[in-house]
Amino acid sequence: MIAINDVHKVFNKGKANQVNAVNGITLQIKSQEFLVIVGSNGSGKTTLLNLVAGSVMPDKGSIIIDDNDVTKLADYKRSQWIARVFQNPMSGTASDLSILDNFRLAAIRTSPKGLSIGINDKFKREVKEKIATLGMGLENKIDQPMGTLSGGQRQALTLLMSVMDSCKVLLLDEPTAALDPRSADVVMRTADKLISDFKLTAILITHNLKDAYIYGTRIIQMGEGLVINDLNQKEKAALKQNDLFDWFA
Amino acid sequence: MDFYLTALLQGLCFSAIALGIYISMKIFNIPDITTDGSYTLGGAVTAVMLSRHLSPYLILPTVIIAGGLAGALTGLIHTKLKINALLAGILVMTALYSVNLTIMGRSNVPLIGTASLFSLLNIVADPNQNTFILLSVFVAIITLLIGYLLKTDFGIAMRATGNSESMIRALGVNTDRMKITGLALANALTALSGYLIVQFQGFADISMGIGIVIVGLGSVIIAETLINWFRITRIWISLVLVLAGAVIFQLVLAFTLAIGVDANLLKLVTAAFVLLIVSLPRLSFNKAL
Repeated sequence: MIAINDVHKVFNKGKANQVNAVNGITLQIKSQEFLVIVGSNGSGKTTLLNLVAGSVMPDKGSIIIDDNDVTKLADYKRSQWIARVFQNPMSGTASDLSILDNFRLAAIRTSPKGLSIGINDKFKREVKEKIATLGMGLENKIDQPMGTLSGGQRQALTLLMSVMDSCKVLLLDEPTAALDPRSADVVMRTADKLISDFKLTAILITHNLKDAYIYGTRIIQMGEGLVINDLNQKEKAALKQNDLFDWFA
Repeated sequence: MDFYLTALLQGLCFSAIALGIYISMKIFNIPDITTDGSYTLGGAVTAVMLSRHLSPYLILPTVIIAGGLAGALTGLIHTKLKINALLAGILVMTALYSVNLTIMGRSNVPLIGTASLFSLLNIVADPNQNTFILLSVFVAIITLLIGYLLKTDFGIAMRATGNSESMIRALGVNTDRMKITGLALANALTALSGYLIVQFQGFADISMGIGIVIVGLGSVIIAETLINWFRITRIWISLVLVLAGAVIFQLVLAFTLAIGVDANLLKLVTAAFVLLIVSLPRLSFNKAL
């Protein structure tokens, strides 16, 4: 589904603050694989995710998504395959817009935003039904601005928004880092359910080793811009939670 | 009373500029001051075309396109060359001064005995009332169009661009193109104010745009204060409040002149008034304990 071939990325090249974020990573991610990435700060996890999403362009190497070479494609064009959930709940939703408006945009992620009014009663009903599946009681608040919701509610809605339109790849960049343990749990479970229900290929970055242990069908550890550990589904299943802690020892 | 009627009419003329500033500042979150130039541009194009007796039906689209181009240029400089929006606006505004002077050929174009939007239709005998009716219809049409636009899928994407850029890019919107379109729209509206005011006052002047951005800003800030007070989330009501802001602003200035403040101090009063409106919500009358 996703092929990353010898990708390099250097920030501030030639300056004192040069950062070699990604140093030649090659990675094949199969369709419907749920890849978990762990690694210490500065190991290049987020840069790798941004390279896949297209918000950062590689210096070298190529990136293939669903048999299309997307190496030079801008992020807003890659959105035809990719949906994203950001670390900051503010980044994934527009706070001044109503929940309904946010969902309308998500529902037309892969198509042009035209000059017709797309929000009608049928669409409102659909959104309400979808939101009701979260069990957070938000289905009666769809006209409220997104900004009035808590971080956990916003992240859960962002997840739901990602499957409003056809989606193949879901990128989760520490989606629960800003949340309390309870909301984090709800968000992770929602993500896991959506990934299996919609047969998504997913990449999750997390610092929470418990989540890394529970979720996903493959786990890699990054360090210094390289993959230093790579366990497939079988190996991951055999892994004990303490083994993961040892990776960071 | 006529004095306040004139202020009301001017307010209506300026409501297009207020809508333009509302779009650039509140919707796109971009401080755009191309305004001074694009307003005069709209006025200059109108005056020259009217004095050459060109069809009024040709003037309106020309003004919209001219203003739109000015805004698109600011947008291009801001997004493609990654130059601060304020600076981009100042650059285009400065360049427009020469453009406007070239269009007009001299610093002042009087319109005496030429047709105008307000002489096209005579619904009532009183010219001021006639102008009021025509202006109201004109402004209502613009507001309806903008209101409709903001309700469409494109409009929602516009509003999201100024609100959460990372989100809207992840949802497949080219934010650069969106900002260029938005600034074009904002400045087309600003040029429309120039178009209206030139026909209303009967002349175009090269310095008519100096400091005009404050008129738009002041109107939007009055509207914003009202929007926050009444917790308005509906777009239609917000737009109507922006129109109200433009009219209130002019009425306050008229009132200032009426109580005998020296006309030379008008800009000072304007600045002070805008400052007052901006700081009003921040002034606390209850001392914190």
